[in-house]
Formats: sequence, C-alpha cells, structure tokens
Amino acid sequence: MEVYKGDEIYSESSEQVVCKVDHEIEPESSEQPVYKNESDSESSEQEVNPWEVSTKDGGKIDYDKLIDKFGCERVDESLINRVQRLTCRQPHVFLRRGVFFAHRDFNEILDAFERGDKFYLYTGRGPSSEALHLGHLIPFMFTKYLQEAFKVPLVIQITDDEKCIWKNLKVADTKKLGRENVKDIIACGFDITKTFIFSNFEYLGGAFYENVVQVGNCITLNKAKGIFGFSGEDHIAKISFPPVQAAPSFSSSFQHLFPGEENLRCLIPCAIDQDPYFRMTRDVAPRLGYSKPALIESSFFPALRGKSGKMSASDPNSAIYVTDSAKDIKKKINGAVSGGQDNKDDHKKYGANLEEDIPFKYLSFFLENDSELEHIKKEYGEGRMLTGAVKKRLTEVLIEIVERHRRARAAVTDEMVNAFMAVRPLPSMFE
Amino acid sequence: MGFSKIELLDRLQELEIDYSKYEHPPVLTVEAQAKYVSSNEGALSKNLFLKDKKNRYYIVSAMVDTKVDMKVLSQRLGLGKGGIRMAPEEALGQLLQVSLGCVTPFAVINESARDVSLLLDKNFKNQTRCIFHPLSNDVSISLNTSGLDKFLQSIGRDPVYVDLEANPGVGKDQPPDLAVYVPSGSVVIPELPNKTSSTQPKNVSAEIKPALPAKPSKPVDKGKSVAATSVQSVYKNPEKFVEEILDKTSALLLSEAKGESMETLTETQRKRLTSELTHLAIMYKNTAYAEGFYAGTKYQPYRQ
Repeated sequence: MEVYKGDEIYSESSEQVVCKVDHEIEPESSEQPVYKNESDSESSEQEVNPWEVSTKDGGKIDYDKLIDKFGCERVDESLINRVQRLTCRQPHVFLRRGVFFAHRDFNEILDAFERGDKFYLYTGRGPSSEALHLGHLIPFMFTKYLQEAFKVPLVIQITDDEKCIWKNLKVADTKKLGRENVKDIIACGFDITKTFIFSNFEYLGGAFYENVVQVGNCITLNKAKGIFGFSGEDHIAKISFPPVQAAPSFSSSFQHLFPGEENLRCLIPCAIDQDPYFRMTRDVAPRLGYSKPALIESSFFPALRGKSGKMSASDPNSAIYVTDSAKDIKKKINGAVSGGQDNKDDHKKYGANLEEDIPFKYLSFFLENDSELEHIKKEYGEGRMLTGAVKKRLTEVLIEIVERHRRARAAVTDEMVNAFMAVRPLPSMFE
Repeated sequence: MGFSKIELLDRLQELEIDYSKYEHPPVLTVEAQAKYVSSNEGALSKNLFLKDKKNRYYIVSAMVDTKVDMKVLSQRLGLGKGGIRMAPEEALGQLLQVSLGCVTPFAVINESARDVSLLLDKNFKNQTRCIFHPLSNDVSISLNTSGLDKFLQSIGRDPVYVDLEANPGVGKDQPPDLAVYVPSGSVVIPELPNKTSSTQPKNVSAEIKPALPAKPSKPVDKGKSVAATSVQSVYKNPEKFVEEILDKTSALLLSEAKGESMETLTETQRKRLTSELTHLAIMYKNTAYAEGFYAGTKYQPYRQ
C-alpha cells in the first residue's frame, strides 16, 4: 500500500481517519505505522509510549481505544482455549484475567507450534533502579509460564545503554544496576538451560550489530521522529537506540544459540507501551527477509494510590516492592485506594465499586483460584463483604509472592548471573 | 572434612562426659534457640568468632548477659583499640568447619582450628550447666564446665576462662592481660570466589561490620546476607533440598486440613505443591548448572 504526503491514514479496525500525513513517507509494507505527533482527536486524551504513560485528566487508560489506535488485536476466549489445548495445562492467571489482553500474530505462533515448528521468546528490562516492584515482575512471570508451557528458549535483553541515554546515568552504574536486576529476573524461576540474558553494553557486536545496522538502514530520521517523537534537541544516541531493541527479534542475532537459523519465529511478551518499538520492527522485518515478531501485550499494573497511569519507581508508596517486609505490604495495602462505600450501611446497600477498587484489581492479577475470586467479586460487589476482608486476603497473597521471590533471589549467586549471561550454546533449549 | 555433630557426641560419650541433648529446627540466633531450649536446662551462650589484623583467630564464648566490649577486648589482647573484628564467613567454614549460626567452643576439635584461641567466660563456672551447639545449629547440648574442660584437655588444650567484663586498663605499667592468649600461628584463608561476605554470627550485640561496601539506594542489603547463604546451601545440598521439600509439603498438608473432602484436598494441594516444588527444583537445577559452569571456566587440561 502506498502512502503519500497529503494522504489521510485510515484505520481499518476503527473505520475512521486516524490522522493526516503531512510529510514524506516511503512506500513500504502494508502495515501502517501510526504516527505519534499527528493531531488526532484521540491522542490528546491519553499518552502511551515507552517513556510516558498518562491520561489527560487522571482518568483510566482506555485499552480499547489503545488497541484500535495501535492496530493490534484482542486476546479473546477462543485464543485462550486454544492455548490450553496446545499446552495441556491451565492457561496462566494473567491470560485468564485479561492482563495480557492484546497481541499481534499470536495465532500464527500457535499455528507454527501446532505444526511442530519452533519459536523463541524475547523480552527485556531497562535497569533504571535497583528496587523492583510487582509491576516489573509481571512480564517476567508471564514469560516464565510461556517458557514452561511451550518449552522454548528465551533471550532477555538488559537495556543498560538505554538507561544511560535516557536517564543520564553513568555507564558503570547502569551496568551494575543491570546485574542486580538480573538477579531479580532469575529469581522469577527461569531455566538456565533455556535462557540467555545479555546486556547491550556487553553483547553488542558481531551478528547482533549487523542486524542493528540493517534495521537502522530501513528507518528514516523522519519516521523515527514520527514514531518516537524525537526532535532536534535530542542526543543522537536516542535515535540510534530503537534498532538495538529491535535486533533481538531476529534469530540471526544469536549465532551461538541459533547457528545458521535465519528465520526462527519470535514471540515478544511485553507491556503495551513497548508497542511502538515492535510496530517499527515488524514494519522493517520483511524488508530484511525476516519473519515479523509476534507480540503479546499486557495492560498496566495499577498504582496503589491512583487510578491512572502505572506504578512508578519514584513514588515508594505507589507500589509493592520485592524488598518490602510483611509489615510494609500490610501498611501499603491498607492505604490503597478502595472502591468500598464510605460507611457500612451504604456499603451494604450499594456494594463496592469494583472498577475503582485497587485491592480487588490486585487480587484479579494475583489470586490464582478463579472460584475464590468469583466469590469475592460477588460478595464484595454486592456489599456483603467488607473492604477490610478483601485487603486482608490480598495482603496474604502478596506476602506469599514477595516472600517466595525474596527466597529465590537470595539463592542467586554472582556465579549464577555470570552463567546466565555467558555466551554459550543451549543444547536442550527445546526440551 | 570437619567433625560432624554425631562424631563429636560420640567422642563426648567415649570420654564419659555427661551432657543432655536437645534437637530443634535450625536456629541462627540466641532468641530463636531460647524458644526451644528453656533456661532450666542451662545457661545459653553467645559465641563470637573473631579475627585480628594479623590473621589470628579467636572464639569468645560468653553468657548471654555478659557484656563483651570489643574495644576493651582488643586492648587486653594487646592489639590496640580497633584490632579485633568479626571473622569473615569463609573463615567459619575453613577453620571451624561449621556453618553460620553455629560458632561453638567444640569447633576446636577440628585440626583446622588448632591455631584458634578459645576464650571462655568465667561466669560459666558458676552455672550448673551451659548450652552450646555441638557443631550443628539444629541441636543444642547442655553440660557442666567440668565436662567442657575434660573435652578440651582431651584434645590437648588448656581451658581458658576469662573475666570478659573486666577492664583493667592497658598502659605502660599494665601490660595487656590477655596477650598471652594470642595465637602464635596466624592463618591465611585462601580467597574464595563470590561468597556473599556476611559477618553476622549468632546474636552479636557488638558492632557488625557491613558485609558489602555501601552502595547508593540498595534496599536489598540490610541483614540479608546471613539468610542468603543458608538459602543457597539448600540448593547446593541434596539432603537439605529434600528436607526443604518435605518441610513445604508437611506445612501445606497441615495448613489445609480443614475438613474438606479428601478428593478436593488432594487436587488443590497438588496444584499448589506442584508450583512450589517446581520453583524449588528450578533453583536447584540453576545452582547445579552455575557451579558446573564456574568449574568449567576454571578447567585446565590435564598435563600429559
């Protein structure tokens, strides 16, 4: 499909003009990248990109609009059932509860899997702080499940360079933060015989760098500005970064893992704010003769205090950290925004507002037992259960998770980190 | 290989030393130990493993209430004011051949500890019985000091009892009164790779040397390293691993025994247990691989 200056970009999914093009565009693939800067009646209400997630007047993120705007698909019931059938196990709680709710080409990955074709997983973390909160763990918990369920290898990119560039940290500091974050990642339970973790500062080079350059060669400055909002004042390091996040989507970047494999499919579990990077990657892939990476995307983990945006590492009370003690967790949950009514009588009459209630939302993320959650939903929503009881149950669940994580992290040694990050073959990665 | 608790207890029996034995879950602090061994059985002890700047090592074993001032001790030993500090964890394993939370006078039974000086609280002598770990922190034994003395003499040591609270002052006319107990031999511990260097032996009220150099904003640091190494050992040691599995299993079975029907009980329990145990197993596997990998990096082809 050819797009020219002056055209209006028409989104098929929402059947309306999304924006108007006002600069040159190279005729390319059929997938239409959505441009961030265009005046667009939808874009001003909420901002979702890798560096900012917010809504205009503190309202909730509208995920339906996001799916429409980005052009990805919803994960529906039939897809989840298909996953269950193919993996012969209960789908992960995040799938069942709609946490991972959007995808691109996940069906094709499942098709390939059914045929007996292989694929690999790719996810990453930007080591911006040593303190990890539960929101950070979500993609890793889900990725671990995918690794176990589909029995596939995983590469994890630690974008220490990105944090140097955007957060102005020193190289040595981001590398160190990266290693500390790796310990938390390992604690999520990845299998070392199927997992390769790498830091950009250490790994960039060889076939990986060849892909970085090739990807960069397919994207004009104008396009990068359109997708990521770069301007003349931005340092060029920022502009050269996106290809680095794109390159791990191609199996040829990892010659020690997939020697000679030019086209192994890739599935990327990530939060939906990373979508711009991978839209760009998918756009570029066919031009390099690679298959497009598939994506499965999660919504944001709500902050304890507020209903808009996501948890932030800069406000300690907005999140539950993996280093929090049982006492801390109890205190933070007790301070969370609740949807219960102000007094007991109103509560009995009207029930709790489950849309606004943070403790209930958290339970929907972390309470494994579907029937227990249903029960709480009914009782709390109809006013028979009190906020205190919900908070108490949540505190129990979270303490268990945090405790288990802490124990697992204590078992991670520096040697283990070195082993996970060593450039080495993984002979049993598909077993 | 160091003496095991069983070997030690056998030795005590051979020497016809009278003691009482108490088994309990592993404890790392006196507070925890006190939960399982009541004060009727004897006086609990706190045990410090110390080292000076010239790599000489000391075990100071005292009553819990005895105040041990490290500065004073250091001076009395003739080491100056800040001459003594907690010994690093590697030394615990190398010299005393016991694990964390397990420093005990009995550790001197090991050849490796022959140069370690043992200082005992003179207040022990007033007690009917005193309580120590017999090389393992999941057992405590109580015995009279005469028994302890007999044991020490049997391995060629003179029992040394010291008034740990005394502060006689050290100066020109007053030589350090404990200097005679400074070991003649110093010990060099070979550098071990990447141990989470922890120096928090059981229940020390004295200064605690920070295990890692101060890092900016590192919430994970405080007091974590003691727990860290014992957790790591669960994944390195098959016996401890199996124990951990059995602990988790019985904990789960006990907690869920609430009158549900047997079948539903097994179903949900099985699910939870599977998830818990798989997690444990992954950590076990990762630990084994990491150790093998490390060994591989140090591998040198055998000379022909």
